[in-house]
Amino acid sequence: MRRSSRDTEDSARAITRRSLLLGGAMTAMVAVLGTRMRYLQVEKADEFRLLAEDNRVSIRLIPPARGLIYDRNGKLIAGNEQNYRVVISREDAGDAEDVLHRLAGIIPISPEDMERALKEARKRSPLPIIVADRLPWEDVSTVALNAPALPGVSPEVGLSRVYPRDTDFAHVVGYVGPVSDRDLEKLETPDPLLQTPKFQIGKIGTELWMEDTLRGSAGHRRVEVNVTGRVMRELDREEGIAGGNIRLTIDAVVQNYAQARIGQESAAIVVMDVTNGDLIACISSPSFDPNLFVRGISHKDYNTLTENDHRPLANKAVQGAYPPGSTFKMVTALAALEAGAITSSTSVRCPGYYEVGGRRFACWKGGGHGTVDLARSLTESCDVFYYDISLKAGIDNIAAMGRRLGMGMRHDLPMSAITDGLMPDKAWKQDRYKQDWRIGDTVNASIGQGYVLTSPLQLAVMTARLASGRAVVPRLIHMVNDEPVPVAEAADLGLNPDHLAAVRSGMFDVANSQRGTGYGSRIVDASMRMAGKSGTSQVRNISAAERARGVTKNDQLPWNRRDHALYVCYAPYDKPKYAVVVVVEHGGGGSLAAAPVARDVLLCALTGGIPPLSAYPAAQRNRIETMHRELPLRPPEGGPPVLTRA
Amino acid sequence: MSFLEYRVKTVPAGLAKALHLNWALVILLTAVASVGFLMLYSVAGGDLSKWAEPQMKRFAAGMVIMFFVAFVPIWFWRNMAGVAYGVSIILLLVVEFFGKVGMGAQRWIDLGPIVLQPSEMMKFTLVMMLAAYYDWLDVRKTSRPLYVVIPVIIIVLPTILVLMQPNLGTALMLLLGGAAVMFMAGVSFWYFLVVGAIGAGAIASVFLTRGTPWQLLHDYQYRRIDTFLDPTADPLGAGYNIIQAKIALGSGGWTGRGFMQGTQSRLNFLPEKHTDFIFTTLAEEFGFVGAFSLLMLYALIIFFCFVTALQNKDRFSQLLVLGIGANFFLYLAVNLSMVMGLAPVVGVPMPLLSWGGTVMITVMVGFGLVQSVRVHRYSEVTSGRGGIL
Repeated sequence: MRRSSRDTEDSARAITRRSLLLGGAMTAMVAVLGTRMRYLQVEKADEFRLLAEDNRVSIRLIPPARGLIYDRNGKLIAGNEQNYRVVISREDAGDAEDVLHRLAGIIPISPEDMERALKEARKRSPLPIIVADRLPWEDVSTVALNAPALPGVSPEVGLSRVYPRDTDFAHVVGYVGPVSDRDLEKLETPDPLLQTPKFQIGKIGTELWMEDTLRGSAGHRRVEVNVTGRVMRELDREEGIAGGNIRLTIDAVVQNYAQARIGQESAAIVVMDVTNGDLIACISSPSFDPNLFVRGISHKDYNTLTENDHRPLANKAVQGAYPPGSTFKMVTALAALEAGAITSSTSVRCPGYYEVGGRRFACWKGGGHGTVDLARSLTESCDVFYYDISLKAGIDNIAAMGRRLGMGMRHDLPMSAITDGLMPDKAWKQDRYKQDWRIGDTVNASIGQGYVLTSPLQLAVMTARLASGRAVVPRLIHMVNDEPVPVAEAADLGLNPDHLAAVRSGMFDVANSQRGTGYGSRIVDASMRMAGKSGTSQVRNISAAERARGVTKNDQLPWNRRDHALYVCYAPYDKPKYAVVVVVEHGGGGSLAAAPVARDVLLCALTGGIPPLSAYPAAQRNRIETMHRELPLRPPEGGPPVLTRA
Repeated sequence: MSFLEYRVKTVPAGLAKALHLNWALVILLTAVASVGFLMLYSVAGGDLSKWAEPQMKRFAAGMVIMFFVAFVPIWFWRNMAGVAYGVSIILLLVVEFFGKVGMGAQRWIDLGPIVLQPSEMMKFTLVMMLAAYYDWLDVRKTSRPLYVVIPVIIIVLPTILVLMQPNLGTALMLLLGGAAVMFMAGVSFWYFLVVGAIGAGAIASVFLTRGTPWQLLHDYQYRRIDTFLDPTADPLGAGYNIIQAKIALGSGGWTGRGFMQGTQSRLNFLPEKHTDFIFTTLAEEFGFVGAFSLLMLYALIIFFCFVTALQNKDRFSQLLVLGIGANFFLYLAVNLSMVMGLAPVVGVPMPLLSWGGTVMITVMVGFGLVQSVRVHRYSEVTSGRGGIL
C-alpha cells in the first residue's frame, strides 16, 4: 500500500529497533552455541577422544596352533589340518537369506546348517555367520569363483585337530572338541581364547590333561571396526605362541600291533618298560575314532558307541578294575615270604579243596595237585597253596605287599578316569562295611578274588616291579618341546633278592615248563624268553540252578558272565625289558585267551615290529604266520590299516 | 558507498542489475556450500559421486535460480506472495494424503527425478506472505487484536499441517520464523509475553498428559525428549544419535583429526552423518577451529541479511529479508543445538551443508529474494516501476 513518507520513516525506524533486538538475541544464541562447542571440543576433548577410540578399536585374538602329539619315535599321533569354511557377513550380504539360498545352490549345505544359518541371519549380531564347516577344497574354490554373485560370502581357513591313527590312540590321547558352557563354568578365570568361535580344547585323555602345554597362548591384533563390527583394517598384530609339542612314551608300531592283534575283543593291553616305567603301549579294545568327536559326532554314531556291550568309550587299561585272579598269587607269595611265614621250600598238600572256618574253598583242579611247593604252585597255579599261606601271612601283610607292588593306588598319568583299584585290608572293611574281616575274605583275596580289584595298568606296574625289584612308576610323557622329561631312577623296593628270585623262577616255569599254564605260549628264542602268570578271574559263581541245568563250563554261560582272562609277563627273563599285561573281559581262561596275545605283543615290543617266526615253537609257526598275514596293520608312517604280506 | 553504487544510484535495469548483487554474500554462500561438498566427500569415504557431486549440481542449480529470483523486481515477488503461500498450503495438503512416508512421517512428494518437501518451501513462502501482509496493513493498526489474529492464522494453518505429518522440527521453525516476522513488524510485546506464557503452559500440559489417552505428542517424540534429558538411559536405542554425535564432536579437539580421518563418521558410528548430523563430522575432522569458523561464516551470512534489510526503506523488503535471515538462523540454531546435545533430535538439517535437494533450493530461493531486495533497493516497490530485466 502507498504510505506517506513519514509512515515509511516510522516503519523503517521501528523495524530497525526490533531487528537490532532480534540481532542481539541471535548474537546471544551464537555465543551459547560457541561456548557449548568450546566445552565439548576443548574441555571434554580427551574424554570424547577416548570414547571414540573405544568405538573404533577392537582387540581380536589370534588363536595359536595347538601343540602336536607324537609317539616316542616322532610319528604323528595328533596333528592340525586346514579347515575350510564359508562365512557370511550380514552387513555386506544385503538380503542374507537370499544369498544363503543362492549359496546352497552351488555347494552342498546340510538342512541343519542351513536352518541354523538362517536363524543366525535373523539375529542382529555383527559377527560373521559360519554357514558350512569342513568343506572340501573344491567347494571352497566354487564359492571363490562365484564370489561376485554372493555378496558378503567369503571362504575362511582355520586349524582343526586331526588324528591320523584314529582308533589306535583314542583312549590314550583322547580328543578335542568345541568349548562348551560346562567347560567355561569349571574355570574361574577362563582364557579369553576359549570364547573365540570354533575354538577346540581337550575333552579327555592327554588332550585334556596336557591342555596347558598344548594350547599355547593367543596373539592379538588390534583392528579398526565399523559400527557393525566389521573389520576395516588391521592396526597392529602380535603373533601368538603355538602350543608345545609332546612326545609320548608310546611306540605307535607296538600300539597298532597290539590293537590289531586283540581285534574286537573287549580287552585291555598294557606294555611297560620295566627299567623306567615308560608305557610302550596302552590299549583298550574295542576302540573308536576320535575324529568323529572333533567333527561333532552324530547321534547315530554316538548311540552305536554307547549301546555296544563291549563299551568302546571306556578306557579299560586304566579305568577298568578287575579281580586279578591268579595273577595276584605272586603278591601273596611274596607277602608270605617277606613276613617269614613260609620259605621258598615250604610245601602244602592240595586235595582239591581247603577247609577253614566251616567253609570249603575249592581249587580250580578238582582232583587236587598233591603236595605243592612255591615253584609248582605258580607253575600249575594251585589255589590251595595260597589259601594256606595267606592265613599264615595275614591279610594286612598281603595288602601292604600289594601296595608296595603298585596296586590299590592311583598312578598319575595324563589320562582320564584312572582307577585306584582296591587293595582290601581289615581297616578298609571296617571303614567301608562296618564289619570285621573274616578268614574267608583272606582266602578269597589270596588268589585275587573277593574284594581285590586291579586295573591292567596296576598289573603292569606289579609285573614291572617284580621283574626289576624297583618301584618303577608308569609315565606317558617322553618329551615336551623336544626336551626329555627327566625320569628319576626308581628306588629299590627293598625286597629280599632270594624271595624275588623264587617268585620269578616260578613265573619262568609258568611260561616255559611243560606243566606251566602258559607253556603253550612260550617263546623259544633264548634271548627273549619270558616269565609270566596266567589268571582266570570269576565274574560270578556258576549258580546251583545253572549247575542243575548242566552248566559246568564257562563257555556255556552268556558272554557277560564268563570269566575274565588275564596274563601278565615280562621278557627277556634274564635281563627284563618289557612287562606286558593282557586282560580279556569274559575271555574265559587266561592261558588260552590272554597268554598268546601277551606273547605276540611282547615279541613285537622286543623286536620293534612283527614278531619273527623263529621266536615261536616250530609247531605253531604256520598258524602264527597265517595269523600275521591276516592282521590289518597300519603302515609305520600312519594311514589306514592294510593287510601285511609277510 | 563504493564507486559502483554511487554511479548507479538510480534504478538499475537489465544486466546492470548484476553489479548491484551482493557479491560478498554470493562468495560466502559458495564458501559454506563448498565446505559442505568437502564433508559429503569425506563421509562418503572419498567417493565423490555418492553425495558430493549431486549436491554440487543442486547448488549450481540453486545459484542459477538465485540469480533469476534476484533479477526479478521485488514488487513482483510481493504480488506473488499470496499465490506462493496458497500453492504451499495445497502441496502440504497433497503431501498429507499422497506423500511418501519416510522415517515414520509423511514428508515427501515423489515427482520422479525431483523429491519435494513442501514443508521446507513453506518456511519461505510463509515469510513472504507475512511480509506482504504487513506491507499491506496500516502501520498503526499492527497491534490491533483483529490484525494480530490474521497473521496468527496464516502461521498456525501450515504449522498444524506440518505437525500432522508429523514433523516437529519444521513446525517449530514455522512458528518461530513467523513470530520473528510479527515481532519485527512491530506487534506489541504484550502479545509475545502472553503467547510465551501460554506456550509454557502448553509445554507443561504436554508433559502432564503423557501416558493418558489424550497425550499430545507421539510416543517417539516423547522418547526423543526423554533421550534429550538423559541420553545415557538408552545408549543403544533412542540416545544413540546424541551420544555418538557428542563423541564425534568432542573427539575433534582443537584442530580436529584431519580431513577424512574422522573415525566416528568413517566407521559409520554416526547416524545420519551426511544429513542432519553433518556438522559433527566437520567438528570431528577440523576441530573447534574449523567448527567455530564455520559458525562465524553462517553468522556473517545472517549479518549480511540484516545489513540488506536495514539499507532498504521498503517495509515488504525489510520484513522479507529479516524473515529469511531469521529462518536461516533458526535452521542453524536448532541443528547445532540438536547435534551438541542442547535440544532434542527433531530432524532439522544444516542449511547449505546437509545433503538434500529441497532445502538447498529453497534456501537459495530465499537468498535470491534477499539479493532481489538489494538490487531493487532504490526502486519504488509499491509503484511497480522498474522493469523485470
